[in-house]
Amino acid sequence: MYDLSLITDWIHNLLSSFMPGWLTTTVECVLIGVGLLLVYALLALFYIYFERKVCAAFQCRLGPNRVGPWGLLQSFADMFKMLIKELITLKHIDRFLFALAPYLVIIASMLSFAVLPWGNGLQVLDFNIGIFFLLAVSSIGVLGILLAGWSSNNKFTLIGALRSGAQMVSYELSIGLSVLTMVAYAGTMSVTGIVAAQEDLWFIFSGHVPAIIAFVIYLIAGTAETNRGPFDLPEAESELTAGYHTEYSGIHFGFFYLAEYLNLFIVSGVATLLFFGGWMPLHIPGWDGFNEVMNYIPSVVWFVGKAIALSFIIIWFKWTFPRLRIDQLLTLEWKYLLPINLFNLVLMVLVIVFGWHF
Amino acid sequence: MANIQEKIAKLFPEATFEESDILLVNIPDAKWHDLAKCLKDELQFDQLVTIVGMDWKEQLGAVYYINCTANNTQISVKVIATGDREKPMLHSVYDVWAVATLFEREVYDFFGIIFINNPDMRRLFLSIDWKGYPLRKDYDDDPALNPVPKENERQEDITYSYVEDEKGKVTKKEVVVFEPNDFVVNIGPQHPATHGVLRFRTAVDGETIKKIDFYSGYIHRGIEKICEGLTYPQTLHFMDRMDYFSGHHYHHGLCIAIEKAAGIEISRRAQVIRVLMDELARIASHCLFLGTYCMDLGATTMLFYTLRVREQILDIMEKTCGARMTFNYGCIGGVMQDLHEDFVKDVKELLAVLPKNIKEYNELFIGNVIAKGRLENIGNLSREDAIAHGVTGPSGRASGWACDVRKTHPYSIYGELDFEEVVYTEGDSMARTKLRIAEMEQSAKIIEQLIDNIPDGEYCVKVPKVIKLPAGRWFQMVEGCRGTFGVYIESDGTTSPFRLKLVPPCLPLAGVVDYITQGHKIADLITIGGSLDYIVPDIDR
Repeated sequence: MYDLSLITDWIHNLLSSFMPGWLTTTVECVLIGVGLLLVYALLALFYIYFERKVCAAFQCRLGPNRVGPWGLLQSFADMFKMLIKELITLKHIDRFLFALAPYLVIIASMLSFAVLPWGNGLQVLDFNIGIFFLLAVSSIGVLGILLAGWSSNNKFTLIGALRSGAQMVSYELSIGLSVLTMVAYAGTMSVTGIVAAQEDLWFIFSGHVPAIIAFVIYLIAGTAETNRGPFDLPEAESELTAGYHTEYSGIHFGFFYLAEYLNLFIVSGVATLLFFGGWMPLHIPGWDGFNEVMNYIPSVVWFVGKAIALSFIIIWFKWTFPRLRIDQLLTLEWKYLLPINLFNLVLMVLVIVFGWHF
Repeated sequence: MANIQEKIAKLFPEATFEESDILLVNIPDAKWHDLAKCLKDELQFDQLVTIVGMDWKEQLGAVYYINCTANNTQISVKVIATGDREKPMLHSVYDVWAVATLFEREVYDFFGIIFINNPDMRRLFLSIDWKGYPLRKDYDDDPALNPVPKENERQEDITYSYVEDEKGKVTKKEVVVFEPNDFVVNIGPQHPATHGVLRFRTAVDGETIKKIDFYSGYIHRGIEKICEGLTYPQTLHFMDRMDYFSGHHYHHGLCIAIEKAAGIEISRRAQVIRVLMDELARIASHCLFLGTYCMDLGATTMLFYTLRVREQILDIMEKTCGARMTFNYGCIGGVMQDLHEDFVKDVKELLAVLPKNIKEYNELFIGNVIAKGRLENIGNLSREDAIAHGVTGPSGRASGWACDVRKTHPYSIYGELDFEEVVYTEGDSMARTKLRIAEMEQSAKIIEQLIDNIPDGEYCVKVPKVIKLPAGRWFQMVEGCRGTFGVYIESDGTTSPFRLKLVPPCLPLAGVVDYITQGHKIADLITIGGSLDYIVPDIDR
């Protein structure tokens, strides 16, 4: 396997050869920051295009096909339009919180973005409680949504925000518990550790029934976390026009929009990390030749490919199912997912203790 | 009918009778409420079809059309308002037929007739500061009187009721619409799920709906008033602009009414063409209903599956009628143009793909577990309530009320066609949705019967250049896509109607929303409103 830390180490050594230590760190931080922002923006654009094409395929349409070859430049054009649009300032709003909210949302998703295992040796933040950090920062997002709804001083946004608060806080439990199940299985909270533990076989295969249950629950809860259909109540278009971000315009709306797509990637990325081996190629014990061939595919491709494949499933949900109602949504979480999840955690512990896994 | 006349004459000696197409009872206002009660309780006239406000120049009044759902006999009652033109009054019958609350508001709005005891005497369509009552014959339409407002419209949270005490003294009383600390969410007039510019002021407690105040008139065009200045063939063109999915049906209704009054017999070919177009339009309309309804519920993909069929139908229409939306196809004496040469072939292609599509709709949406959770037992409407609130059409039939005019009062050639009237008894949103899909199948069945035997003949019979109706009154009902559409024509023997009242099915549909959403969630308002499938230009006219 090609270890990308060779490149990063080389850059580090090159920089430190003619710079003092503090400057090296600063330059590296800036470089990484710019790199992350770039990847973030590009991925968002890709996702907008991807979702449009996928949804068009489901709906017997062509999707974007006019701007650029195969409509590839459509999402660039849209993003450009969003950038040059006027930021409408409203009266009767809490200006500070109104302006703060989109940044909170985007910062939350960017911070979670940094923890993802992009490739072998290609990881921005890597420390022993990586998963824990991820759960913590991703829940800042709901704060931004609540603030957005509250500060807009509008009844629709307020209802949207309250729905969102109820929904995200509830489903975070399910996410947390299914992550916990897998952390218990891996025996570590470190992201690299979890990836390394899947070298022989991905957790979804080795973890037996509890891993599969945890995956299904994670996928449902993850869809709910990203406020996407069929759980898109906070911005239920037909009920609340646009929910919490009704009053936003220009790039502030763009931030919510970007964050929604990136959260889709993050949720699928975390699922990839926990169940499908992160950047780890598909290895099957005993099939050494096969494993060697798989190793030739770069780890970044593995990670991004798996994440996009999982996002495809989530997009599929959205363009297939009708929306749930708020009480049904909460019933699903508190009466079904949560008890199953708790039971699943116990099951996983039993599996580990008795060594029933592969 | 004679039997009913005898009974009424015995109980109410002051009543006089007139024979026209439907028996008309004249009754003084003082006895009207008693007669209404008697009609409902003893003679089982349980459906108030419409209230036609009238201005006979020397006096104001109203004509009530009432239907008995048990045997589908109809009766009409003419009541003259008491008091002068400043403050004409009639007794309200809102406690007898619930839908009268809305109908009486409409009459009040256009004629200024105050209905004693009606709990809500606000204008229904016009703004609250409007000066004058537009459908009165002496109405002054000078734009200086009612200029286009530059400020926001005034709005009140109170309404008025004119209550009569035992001594017969009428006093004006204030009634509160919303409590001061109600959390009122304004859904509409610009809202994705109101299907037009309709406004629901919704008082909510958390996510639960406490009360809805339905507010309309944003696209009121005064079609009834305009028609009074037009000749009969000209009035037809407005029919496409009410319920724009039932344009063919509405044309059909008005054409039949005028032809009946003028004594014009139309050819069999024209009748078949009209029925074919009606049923094609019904399929297209139900397709659009299903698509937009699913979209309201968040299942966006379904829209495209249903639009596919609708597009095919619109293509057929375009070839024959020359338009995809406002067809203007029906005319007095038949239809405007003959069928396009591809018509039969295109319709057969449509019939070939339709069953497959319907099966797909059922599998994709109706069988979906989330859809079931959203629709089943939401917005239940019992048969009695449906009748009392005048909820006709597919929504009424989903509540177990067989109210299809094609069966109850067969017009055109419907009497000889073989089709089923689909009736479900659940009365919830799911039943209303499924019923429309089932109706698409029945419409296809009708088309199948006719498509191979379109008779030869004239598509439009020769009619006089100037159409004059004899003096009199006629009432005709047809089955639109959303319910019973009624046309009331009163003629004074000239070339234009003295009064043309259009009875839209959607007004009662929107009016019943408050009644069936109480206690449901905000999301259910969308489910229920969508399943009733009202359309705003039809309400506002």
